[in-house]
Amino acid sequence: MTQKVQESPKEDSVLDARGKLCPMPVIQAAGAIKALASGQVLKILATDPGSKADFPAWAESLGHRLLKQEAKDGLFTYWVQKK
Amino acid sequence: MVETLTNLSLTLEEFKRLHAETHQETETKRLAIVASKGSLDMVYPALILSTTAVSMGWEAEIFFTFYGLDTLHKKRYKNLKVSPIGNPAMPAPFQAIPFHVPNILGAIPGMTTVATAFMKSWMKKAQLPPIQEFLTMADQMGVKLIACSTTMGVMNIKKEELLPMADIQGAAAFLHYASKASVVLFI
Repeated sequence: MTQKVQESPKEDSVLDARGKLCPMPVIQAAGAIKALASGQVLKILATDPGSKADFPAWAESLGHRLLKQEAKDGLFTYWVQKK
Repeated sequence: MVETLTNLSLTLEEFKRLHAETHQETETKRLAIVASKGSLDMVYPALILSTTAVSMGWEAEIFFTFYGLDTLHKKRYKNLKVSPIGNPAMPAPFQAIPFHVPNILGAIPGMTTVATAFMKSWMKKAQLPPIQEFLTMADQMGVKLIACSTTMGVMNIKKEELLPMADIQGAAAFLHYASKASVVLFI
């Protein structure tokens, strides 16, 4: 039996916030998403373990949609769709 | 409002409209911080929280008062330090020592310099900007940086001695702003 792998959303832009700690990933994401149009997707790469709680809170407070989040080997990936 | 409270025949639609109208001003969240300490470990949290708030679509203001005002002082902001004295967390390098160190050792000359150097290296490791850049960034992001007028009077600080982004206000203005804030902190 093969397990169906959930495909990741297709991103329009990527933000590499690896190595940065709070609050820099969120500040940079706020700047990066401004350049996108409504409905476009920003993919964020981060290594700050706090980002796991920060990005859902950030997306919710701005009304953006967190389509998917993934944690693997210390790398956190987020796909956020702009409001 | 008294009329609507006594008039119980208010329809649901009318109630919703009134509710929306009265709650409109609280729609944008707001953070108001009083920064009263002039040391590095007290200024960073204020800058971190206010820039994060703006990144989340909030309004944010920091009211710099008493020694906190050094943060907005053209000459003094470069010299903000961390003091190991009266700091029970015992800033580095004391943490490395495996037995209890009396707090008074913090008074040894040079210890403030050492603690400050450690703090700055931590911030660099976290890729956080130094205070100068952080202030500029906060200002450009829209964080309001307010200098307390009373502190300026007491410490004899002139407007020209402050960084250009500083706006001068008093307690009444801060309280007015804070009364409409969702989060208010005193650091």
